[in-house]
Amino acid sequence: MPLLIIALCAMVLLSAISSSFASTYNVFVILRILSVTCLVAMSQMVVIAIGQMNLAVGAIGGLVAVLFGGMLELYGVPIGLAALIGLCIGTGAGALGGFLIAATGINGFVITLAMMSVLTGLNLGLTESIPFYEMPARLKSIYDSYIGPVPTILLILLVATTAMGVMFTFTRPGRHMLAMGGNRHAAELAGISITRTTIFAHAVSGLLAAAGGIIAVARLGTAEPTIGANWLLASFAAPVIGGALLSGGHISVVGTLIAALIVVLLENGLLLARIDPYYVQFCLGALILMTVVFNEWRSRGKSAGLRQYS
Amino acid sequence: MDDTVKNAATPMPRARAGALMRTIFGPSSGLLAIVVAIIVLISVLSPSFTSPFNVFALTRNLSVEIVVGLSMMVVLALGHMNLAVGSIGVCAVMSFGFFLETLGLPVWLGIIATLAAGAAMGAGNGLLIVVTKINSFIITLATASLLYGAMLILSKADPFLNLPEGFTSLGASRTWFISNLLLVSATIVVLLLILFRNTVFGREILAVGANPRAADASGIHVPRIVVLTHAMSGALAAVAAILLTARLGSALPSVAQDWLLPAFLAPLLGGTLLAGGYVSVFGTFLGATLISVLQNGLVLIEISGFWIQFFLGLTLLAVVVADKYRTDRAEKRAKGRA
Repeated sequence: MPLLIIALCAMVLLSAISSSFASTYNVFVILRILSVTCLVAMSQMVVIAIGQMNLAVGAIGGLVAVLFGGMLELYGVPIGLAALIGLCIGTGAGALGGFLIAATGINGFVITLAMMSVLTGLNLGLTESIPFYEMPARLKSIYDSYIGPVPTILLILLVATTAMGVMFTFTRPGRHMLAMGGNRHAAELAGISITRTTIFAHAVSGLLAAAGGIIAVARLGTAEPTIGANWLLASFAAPVIGGALLSGGHISVVGTLIAALIVVLLENGLLLARIDPYYVQFCLGALILMTVVFNEWRSRGKSAGLRQYS
Repeated sequence: MDDTVKNAATPMPRARAGALMRTIFGPSSGLLAIVVAIIVLISVLSPSFTSPFNVFALTRNLSVEIVVGLSMMVVLALGHMNLAVGSIGVCAVMSFGFFLETLGLPVWLGIIATLAAGAAMGAGNGLLIVVTKINSFIITLATASLLYGAMLILSKADPFLNLPEGFTSLGASRTWFISNLLLVSATIVVLLLILFRNTVFGREILAVGANPRAADASGIHVPRIVVLTHAMSGALAAVAAILLTARLGSALPSVAQDWLLPAFLAPLLGGTLLAGGYVSVFGTFLGATLISVLQNGLVLIEISGFWIQFFLGLTLLAVVVADKYRTDRAEKRAKGRA
């Protein structure tokens, strides 16, 4: 909850500083960036839930982005089909990483680092760093459209967040993931298949990263090979600020969403306040550091309190 | 994460095993064979690979890769990570440029000041980790962003292009046809080999990495070791930064941000474990050699430079899976005998 207060304070402060902050145009700018950042954050969050990391989030997003763009520009594949194929490729790439981790028992960090290198290499090798510029006009119009009174991008956000919330709260695979992250051996003894859960988590992570890549293409209007190259920081920042434990077993879907919003507000706010963009990196680093220290301090206080009463 | 902890125990006896040659080459013999095979293959495919000029260019590049890998390796020995290697590197590059060009310090003093700055940034990471007890991954991820941002704010991304002649000529100097920069890196490799094999401090780092609680119980001051090791990592990143500046002849704000991948690749290819408690200095050297040879060789045999990352990733995957398979088999054999 303190997060929500921070986010609200930031919004009030920003609208006080800059009159253009609350304009419809700027709200849309924020929503657009948030739609990508939020998916990226969720993608990392799912893997953090099982106590692993996915360094390949940006690489999967980037590869899917250029493949999606390539399908549209070179082969004239319909948008829906191209998006579907892109999502499948992302899911497949994630599942492959999960399979390698589960089958070899090698640390997930190393495997996803290698996957990151392979997928980014594939991306650069195929495109030779040249973006696809000719995106069909319909892509932009879908992206800017409304379903009823709700903008489509807002809907994407809500659907992704709700799906994650439902998965972790009500469904068996979601509970299995949290159980595995909380205590791997206990989960295994309770009959949960570690192999299947690992593959599933990485597949979902790949799916969300792919969705992030596709939306990034729609947002930018070009399929650039550099999409995803700078996702690493935000992908970890949002779940961790949102209260996820890197050791696994504990995540917060809403917390991640709000934290993603805070990250986007920080970037947008500094821009609106006409502060040098050089300060964005610095402030983002400081923000992560402050929140993790605060979270640690709070949880230590809590566990100390518990110890007192038990 | 916890499955790798089990593995930490297996390679240890190998490291202790007998003769010096075996300690140096033993664990990395597979990688050594791969490196030699690739060097032979590329020399056959492209005769210009072994030309004096190319060997000079290759060794000049290699010198930086080695120290970048070692900078990550020392914190991996603790079971920590340092995602800020690249950020400390670029901060060191720019401070070095500032010391030499703006302050006009003599080169030797500039080098010492830069090393001190690198060590201070690393020590800052270590202190934050020790005081907050937060995962080193998160701390260094945050400080990477913080330091890079601070560098941009302070330098306004203006490069230092007029470094003294006496320093820039170092990057072009060579012994026979090997870049003199490689001699610096080779010296550091030897120093670290001695550190981890023969000094109390080195053994204490490994002890903390293998089991912090046991280390603490046996009287090692764990927080001190953590801070000192991160300071060493920062200092090594600064060494790599100085070597890179010597190679480029100017201090640019755009360098070193792509160090993350090679920093992990070199030690991991060389058999260093993420779990801590075990390092292979010579393996890291070989890992860095493999990276540099692939980078240089793939271009020479006319595979587009864009595919390099792809091959590096595949190599890492192949090496770690093969290594895992080998240790698993060794473990099974050992169990069968018992």
